[in-house]
Amino acid sequence: MSRLRQFLPGIAIIVLLIAAWWLIVVTTRSVIFPTPWQVVTGTVELIRDGTLWMHIGASLGRVGAGFFLALAVALPLGLWMGWQRGAYDTLNPLFQILRPISPIAWIPIAILWFGVGNASPIYLIFISSVFPMVVQTVAGVHTIEKRYLRAAENFGVSRYKLFTQVVIPAVLPQIIVGMRIGLGVAWLVVVAAEMIALRSGLGYLIIDSRNAGNRYDLVIAGMIIIGLIGLMLDGLMRLLEGLKMVRWRYAH
Amino acid sequence: MPIKIDVANLRKSFSTDKGTLTVVDDVSLQVGDGEFIAIVGPSGCGKSTLMRMMAGFIPPDSGRVLIDGAVRTQPGPQGILISQHGSVFPWLTVQENLMFGLNAVESTAEKIAIADHYANIVGLKGFEGAYPHELSGGMLKRVEIARALAVKPAILYMDEPFSALDALMSLRMRNELLKILGQERHTVLLITHDVEEAIHLADRIMVLSPRPTRIQATFDVKMPHPRKLTSPEVQQLRQAILKELGVEAED
Repeated sequence: MSRLRQFLPGIAIIVLLIAAWWLIVVTTRSVIFPTPWQVVTGTVELIRDGTLWMHIGASLGRVGAGFFLALAVALPLGLWMGWQRGAYDTLNPLFQILRPISPIAWIPIAILWFGVGNASPIYLIFISSVFPMVVQTVAGVHTIEKRYLRAAENFGVSRYKLFTQVVIPAVLPQIIVGMRIGLGVAWLVVVAAEMIALRSGLGYLIIDSRNAGNRYDLVIAGMIIIGLIGLMLDGLMRLLEGLKMVRWRYAH
Repeated sequence: MPIKIDVANLRKSFSTDKGTLTVVDDVSLQVGDGEFIAIVGPSGCGKSTLMRMMAGFIPPDSGRVLIDGAVRTQPGPQGILISQHGSVFPWLTVQENLMFGLNAVESTAEKIAIADHYANIVGLKGFEGAYPHELSGGMLKRVEIARALAVKPAILYMDEPFSALDALMSLRMRNELLKILGQERHTVLLITHDVEEAIHLADRIMVLSPRPTRIQATFDVKMPHPRKLTSPEVQQLRQAILKELGVEAED
């Protein structure tokens, strides 16, 4: 019951917004802006002809590829930069310059290097999610409490054991935070990237619906689906925060 | 009793913004094998620095630390340091923590057996699979002690080990430590600001002077265990130590 009460205001505001939207479209007799019901029927149409799953699958596939590629690079790189002062001093200035560049600004270069196939959006996702994950991992290594390193030194463990049982688990909560940020940015970027020149994906769906006969019901359907999937992806990442071996960090 | 720890003319200073700060000034002491030494001193007098030099974590400016006649230059499993805030790994279970230091043991089954044995000794049976954040402060201390004992260290360096616990739990942990030391003899160096704790546990008590610290007085504690803390002998000794520390006890 208390959970219901917690969610009620959030649901109420969404219902209220939809009602207002409906009312305004009806009273202004807009011919181009759809009512909520038209968005629903548009969505059903997309589900029936199977294109919705195809677009969702294409977007998720690109995000998955770019994100995991970024993770595979960011983890070792972040650990190395965090542990070796020299690596940090060498690479950090470069990263601090590259990091604020919006992934959207990379689009022309991505097209130049990778063409208009799948590789371009995957590269853009890689670029957008690799930096937050590196930064969080480095910060995680830098904030490991000295008493844990001292204890490891005291017990005389090997370098391998030091990393697998002390450094990596100590940084894991920060890595998960980085993954959440990285995946969030990746999802933002894939939609933008797909608006350029591909023939599939939710970004393409939105642009194509507008270009091919001002189907604004499908534009809004696409937007809502993007929002819902983004929420789900973040929910998945939050499941990682529930792992017992990282709970110590989030408990307080 | 053979000499376990032989410290001679230990000195340490740190450079600060305001110049050189001498923290430890010419400390020499000897600890016999299996002896329990308590070091008491005013806060900020350099107790922890002295302890860390003896455990090999920081090098002295001059002087030397001999363990079993050999110069100690770095920390190792033969001397485990237990500090106030503890260093039980929060990402490992109790059992994994206890197995952490067992590098010399080959088989996992044997490691688990040793870990469970020491969990049992400190009264953590049934908590092997628990994570540290699921435990109370007193239980965490037990994990810390058990993890140290599991590697069978010749020396236990204890730096205010119980001062983060409440008075009742601190007293209980002292009794348990004595019980454990009755079963497995270790050489113990305890740093504390709690005079009563020192008298309760130690065979010999050294009083340190304010910074730069040196040994100001030494007291032998000859009373047999279990010691009654309310006895007149204990009270007399307590007053004598407090007087050395510059605190005149009332009554």
